[in-house]
Amino acid sequence: MPSKLAISYHKVTKRFGSLTAVGDVSLDIAEGEFVAVVGGSGSGKTTLLRLANRLIEADGGTITVEGEDVQNVDPVALRRRIGYVFQSGGLFPHLSVADNIGITPKLLGEPAAAIVTRVDELLELVQLDRAAHRDRLPEALSGGQRQRVGVARALAARPRIVLMDEPFGALDPLTRDALGDDYRTLHRKLGLTTVMITHDMTEAILLADRIAVMRSGKLLAQGTPAELSNSSDGYVLELLRTPRRQVERLNTLLPQSGAA
Amino acid sequence: MSLFTDPRWGEALAHLPDYLGNHVRVSLAALALGLAVSLPLAILTRNRPAPRGILLAFASIVQTVPGLALLALFYPLLLLAASVTLAWFGLSFSAFGFLPAMLALALYSMLPVLRNGITGLNGIDPALIEAAKGVGMTARQSLLMVELPLALPVMMAGIRTAAVWVIGTATLSTPIGQTSLGNYIFAGLQTQNWVFVLFGCLASALLALAVDQLLGLIEGGLRQRNRARAGLGAVGIAALVAATLVPTMGRSSSGYVVGAKTFAEQYVLSALTRDRLQAAGLSASARSGLGSSVIFEALKAGDIDLYIDYSGTLWTNQLHRSDIKPRAELVAELKTALAKDNITLLGELGFENAYALVMPKKRAEALGIRTIADLSAHASTLSIAGDYEFFSRPEWAALQKAYGLQFRAQRQMQPDFMYAAVASGEVDVIAGYTSDGLIAKYDLVTLDDPKHAIPPYDAILLLAPKRAGDERLKTALQPLLGKIDIATMREANLRASGNDANSSPDAVARWLWGKIKQ
Repeated sequence: MPSKLAISYHKVTKRFGSLTAVGDVSLDIAEGEFVAVVGGSGSGKTTLLRLANRLIEADGGTITVEGEDVQNVDPVALRRRIGYVFQSGGLFPHLSVADNIGITPKLLGEPAAAIVTRVDELLELVQLDRAAHRDRLPEALSGGQRQRVGVARALAARPRIVLMDEPFGALDPLTRDALGDDYRTLHRKLGLTTVMITHDMTEAILLADRIAVMRSGKLLAQGTPAELSNSSDGYVLELLRTPRRQVERLNTLLPQSGAA
Repeated sequence: MSLFTDPRWGEALAHLPDYLGNHVRVSLAALALGLAVSLPLAILTRNRPAPRGILLAFASIVQTVPGLALLALFYPLLLLAASVTLAWFGLSFSAFGFLPAMLALALYSMLPVLRNGITGLNGIDPALIEAAKGVGMTARQSLLMVELPLALPVMMAGIRTAAVWVIGTATLSTPIGQTSLGNYIFAGLQTQNWVFVLFGCLASALLALAVDQLLGLIEGGLRQRNRARAGLGAVGIAALVAATLVPTMGRSSSGYVVGAKTFAEQYVLSALTRDRLQAAGLSASARSGLGSSVIFEALKAGDIDLYIDYSGTLWTNQLHRSDIKPRAELVAELKTALAKDNITLLGELGFENAYALVMPKKRAEALGIRTIADLSAHASTLSIAGDYEFFSRPEWAALQKAYGLQFRAQRQMQPDFMYAAVASGEVDVIAGYTSDGLIAKYDLVTLDDPKHAIPPYDAILLLAPKRAGDERLKTALQPLLGKIDIATMREANLRASGNDANSSPDAVARWLWGKIKQ
């Protein structure tokens, strides 16, 4: 491991009744890393993410965040210092864009004037026009705009870690691509550690430094895309085959130097 | 005289500030209490199915209890509570009027507030509650900043329903001593003053409608996140409350309160008594439409200062006696017994309002019936009607026992409709009242009671314990004692049963005073 660990799962288990959502999973995420957790629905990937900020409590094993066992940290304080981007935004419908973005600083008791400045910074950071958006209600925004607000809200309290739960899943391909790229830039610029859940291997390969593959609550493999392609696991190879096939087909269908 | 030029509209209007103000005050207090209890309960039980089920079942059961019964139940309950607090803490409070009405109405308001509160809170997208947690809210912050604001429109709809129910049901708080718009309706029904009934119904309907519309404005504003609209509704509500409460605020009611039960004779006599006190320079008001069981306790507790009851009623209901004594002896014994409670039996008015079996004169003659003893031979082929309490009273048991009465059928009726029913042959015999003016009007006859199964019912003036030594009061009332004979009272009652401007209790009381003075 090159540097300090941002998040570390050690033999973590979570059961819901008789179902083992996460079984004996160990995974280390270094500071500054962008890790994508890939798997189908019911693979346990969302549970794994929520264990990190104690939205879900583990039944066994140890989870540390920035070196501290999360069991020794107040869960509310923990959540306030970890950014979280929800599937399809999770914006509060009764609050304006500005109030949504400023919610965590407000909970932390930051002065109102500082929050206003911070909200304007963040709107700029996620490339939304301040004047046009800050006083709107979420219902007046497009899906992509909502997700940009969701990202801004996650970053508002200057967290060093951001957890993303299928953040771009519900967006049209163009918006999705643009948002993914923009977020990747933010990740690098702000020196964040990001864990992103996705079921889309192509997205994972394009955005993440490292990929963890989950199936039925087990961590099947982890590593860079290149390392994964050396995996002996059938499911992992199957997951990697899809983007490859798509690339090959696209290459045959689209002229190499064509104007698109 | 047309309906619209009837002077009784003016009389009704003169009562409006008092009745409406009290109506709004008790409704508002009840609703505030109901909300203060129901909203926290809704919040506490929203995620706990078992207590939630019990709570909603309880509120639903309360809702099925008729409003009048619920209100009436709170009176003895509070009397008991008051005696307990007096014994334990030396604290006494009035179990009469405002408090029982407010408590019963608050209970009544709970179901819609609870149900909509729970529905509203449970209807929130779980993803949003998860998001609230995710951005670092505590459970309390999530409730205050996310869940309650999102549930507010649904909760508001519940509050709106509760407000309309409470305003409507508050009209039933008159019999337990709380002045309300129901005073019009109860007085109107008893004295056949349909102008009052109509006025009371219209006033409470308009009040309910106005509150409903204004709360609807707030609800719509919250739903559309339109602050201006919600604000307008709130201002409207505040203005309405202020407009109805201000005219009666600061008005002291330190004078004498004359109680009256829920029938025409009592309305007339309380008006007469009030007029006498005012003529003697004493400030006095009438509190009419009190339930028969409430009124004696209210006197005992000093919530009213005086009222007129009937010797036989107190004999059986308060002394629990079933033996029958001659008129004068019974009153004397009653006077001694009441004195133990510091209640002054000032004297008899002169007439008796006893229960009597009544039938059409012609029919009685045809059947050869003059006394109840004669009636018993025919009873098995006849039907009888009585007021709501008669058949459960000791007098009825005594009559049955003394004469072996067995009727073909028995029915309960509103007293005012009994006489017309027996006159038209709808029923054969009624348990009427000897002082009722309708006996003469419909050419009915009261049957003799040779075995004296029915105790005497002398009209008697009672004073509250705190007025025991009040000589000014006693002097002012003196001219009424022994001055009203049965024929005069019957005529007064007949006048009061009319349906024109001269039949209001106040007008009849003035007429009655004219007769007494002669």
